[in-house]
Amino acid sequence: MKRDQYAYFPGCTQEGTAIEYELSSRKVAEAPGIGLVEVEDWSCCGSTPAHTVGRLLYGALAARNLAIAEKMGLATIVTGCPSCLVAFKSALEMAQDDETRKELHELVDIPFEGNIEAKSLLQVVYEDVGVDALTEKVKKPLTSLRLAPYYGCILTRPPQRAQFDDPENPISMDRILTALGADVPDFPFKTECCGAAFGVPKRDVVLKLSAKILHMAREVGADAIVVACPLCHQNLDLRQGQINAHEGTRFDLPILYITQLIGLALGFSPTEMGLDKHLVDVDKLLRKWEGEPKT
Amino acid sequence: MRIGVFVCHCGTNIGGTVDSHQVAETAKTFPHVVYATDYLYTCSEPGQQEIQEAIKENDLDAVVVAACSPRMHENTFRRTLERAGLNRYMFEMANIREHCSWIGEDKEANTRKAIELVRMAVAKVANNIHLFPSFFDVNKRVLVIGAGVAGMQAALDCADGGLDVVLVEKKSSIGGRMAQLDKTFPTVDCSICILGPKMVDVGQHDKIKLYTYSEIEDIAGYVGNYTVKIKRKATYVDWDKCTGCGLCMEKCPSKEAFDYHNEGVTPTTAINISFPQAIPKKARIDPEYCRYFTKGKCGVCAKVCPVKAIDYEMQDEIVTEEVGAIIVATGYGLMNIEELGEYGAGRYPDVITGIQYERLLNASGPTQGHILRPSDGEEPKRVVFIACAGSRDASLDRPYCSNFCCMYIAKQAILTRDHIPDSEVYIFYMDIRAPGKGYEEFVRRAQEEYGVQYIRGRVSRLYPKGKRMIVKGADTLLGTQIEIEADLVVLATAATAAPGADELAEKLRISYDEYCFYMESHPKLRPVETNTSGVFLAGACQGPKDIPASVGQGSAAASKVLALFSKDQLESDPQIARVDERKCVGCLKCLDTCPFQAIEEKELRDGTIVAHVIETVCQGCGLCTSTCPPGAIQLQQCTDNQLIAEVESLCQAWRERSFG
Repeated sequence: MKRDQYAYFPGCTQEGTAIEYELSSRKVAEAPGIGLVEVEDWSCCGSTPAHTVGRLLYGALAARNLAIAEKMGLATIVTGCPSCLVAFKSALEMAQDDETRKELHELVDIPFEGNIEAKSLLQVVYEDVGVDALTEKVKKPLTSLRLAPYYGCILTRPPQRAQFDDPENPISMDRILTALGADVPDFPFKTECCGAAFGVPKRDVVLKLSAKILHMAREVGADAIVVACPLCHQNLDLRQGQINAHEGTRFDLPILYITQLIGLALGFSPTEMGLDKHLVDVDKLLRKWEGEPKT
Repeated sequence: MRIGVFVCHCGTNIGGTVDSHQVAETAKTFPHVVYATDYLYTCSEPGQQEIQEAIKENDLDAVVVAACSPRMHENTFRRTLERAGLNRYMFEMANIREHCSWIGEDKEANTRKAIELVRMAVAKVANNIHLFPSFFDVNKRVLVIGAGVAGMQAALDCADGGLDVVLVEKKSSIGGRMAQLDKTFPTVDCSICILGPKMVDVGQHDKIKLYTYSEIEDIAGYVGNYTVKIKRKATYVDWDKCTGCGLCMEKCPSKEAFDYHNEGVTPTTAINISFPQAIPKKARIDPEYCRYFTKGKCGVCAKVCPVKAIDYEMQDEIVTEEVGAIIVATGYGLMNIEELGEYGAGRYPDVITGIQYERLLNASGPTQGHILRPSDGEEPKRVVFIACAGSRDASLDRPYCSNFCCMYIAKQAILTRDHIPDSEVYIFYMDIRAPGKGYEEFVRRAQEEYGVQYIRGRVSRLYPKGKRMIVKGADTLLGTQIEIEADLVVLATAATAAPGADELAEKLRISYDEYCFYMESHPKLRPVETNTSGVFLAGACQGPKDIPASVGQGSAAASKVLALFSKDQLESDPQIARVDERKCVGCLKCLDTCPFQAIEEKELRDGTIVAHVIETVCQGCGLCTSTCPPGAIQLQQCTDNQLIAEVESLCQAWRERSFG
């Protein structure tokens, strides 16, 4: 198996609300031989707040991290967060224009070529490692679990920027989960909006939209929803209680990161995968998987 | 040499950003120029009159017109010269419009550039020689590619005009898309009932030689004299013997073959006649599904065939036809539903395409004309149509309108209400495009008489819920989101170029646009001509078109061919390559370079080998001239000497400007 080195950009959530994504990502990367080298002294990617203020600020915040990664001599920067990914891809697009690149360079004061490639961790697992290689590594298949993959809005869109999977009917997580032995239903809302960053300014939008996704997951009989985005996870897991209160529902649906499930299948323990970090309890899910009698 | 220069203003097209008067005044100082003037519209009748008079009064030998592109008016002015008694090739055009006035706003710079363009044209025309066209015979047979309604119309019109027609069709029957349709808009005529007689006419016309289940392998030659190789694909049935009785279809044990005529709504047998009205009504084996080919044993059809027509050993066959002109009528394709991820990408059986629905409506279709949905064969009570599924969508690289969908959806909606009176029909649309005669009224009828619900908005997603499909979209007139539970969803998928359109274009040497639709010679004024003389277009191969427009173009293309063939001989352009046999060293590099096979080897009396240009084949592209080491092969009226003269005149202008 090839041992590729990637510049790894954790992003702000991975040190806080999405710590379990970070834990599982690093472990999962190790197993099939992906080398994640953390970007030294990384800083804010420039996501939501910055790009509402100014395009150049947005570009410069991302460019600083990209420039450091370039200096590390690595061809690809990888992140688990789709929002960081979009920030990187936008900055790289801006850098195609010589004038803008000079401006960015001036602002960050580190040489910035703009020729590094930005990928999501999911894309690296799906394309660079490959489903077949992953299948070979499976020690504890996810048999008996019915998992609904939820991709969110920006992992595959807009297609010309994302350059990954089908923009409207993505299948990368579907195929990975199937390879891990899980039962994957056709999940019609796999790219519907969860409400994204509206959780702060207009929370009821998030509660309403995320409720629809939870509802559809229950419709298709899913035991859990699988995500690849810290913000999706926040809206669906952290806010699930708020959703229940707001919508009068009684959802009790675990929300897991794709890396956590890969890790479980590869033989890591639930604690190693940070499964104790979720707001919605995953015990029932684990018991179903491990085949323990219900108490 | 006495040269006259005529500078056009073209209203403000040139005059707005070029000082045409100054250009003419400066031209008077150029060598050989004895007369120069400017005029508001040089191409107008008085403008041409002025040229003719100037030629006579000033005894001119050659003329330069500084105006628009030679593509516009070169021939106009050549005829003007001829009327004044000059050789038509003693003429050059300086393009000071497209190449100058239209592209810059700096009048001073433009004027300077215009003067230089005229200076070059004068230097060139001073080296022009008298040229005379030669004539060659025309083979008055026409090849029509594609036997849909446009191709059939073209073939019939040509044949009725007395021409021998070779009609080539890829499918096993003629008829094209129209044969698949149930009814036509806006009259709701039965499609096959009005097309059938035309198909019979084509099949029985003694002037039309029909090759169905055949494709164009290769095309060589030029206007008046094309040689066409046609591949007759193996049908594994001897069509001279086959009577079309259909017994083989009844007995064939392989019943899972893809049914092209029914768009795969239901499968068909491996040996099949595509539809009851097929012409020719002959059976064909699909070797992909035939058990004899896939498993190596079966042979049921061979046993039951009463006339012993089955021939499993049949091979593709190449036949050659000689023709003088070609009409291309290869129609259109439809986008693959799998491109539409948001509409299920083909995962949901009850999400079908418009042409599939057409087959469901048709009495000779897979459901005998009863609308039954594919998943469970039940009659749908609520049908939702989605217009512009893939058309007018830049994200799918199809920003164009597919032209006929608005109308056929209205028709299908009306037919749905006719077939199932207690059904509800919804149409999601972006705009309703109904510009044809009686079209708008037809759409109004769907809305007002048939109660079809038109919802202006896009559908964002389709997903199943129980036995029904949820259609999730926006109603932009009400400004609200909307969800409809439907039993059946019909997508008006985008029309695309026919599969393989680009390959055929390469064989024909005609141009095509970025979507592989064929390019007409002029979008307004030469809609059925191509830039390759002798090749004409008809129907949707040029862009999505409905039936009346396709038929109109079929007739138009036929009339172009009839006009072309009204002469027994055609004139060949003398501006072609010519070999100076004293200079030619016989290396024959030009032979390999020529894309038209217009150069041959020639042995002189003393046994020397030289290159020789076949006049009627040479297209005057000039590739050979840049290949020839001793410069022996020269393009007439574009010789090395002429190009050098142009460059020298330009350098002289530069020298004068720089050093006074």
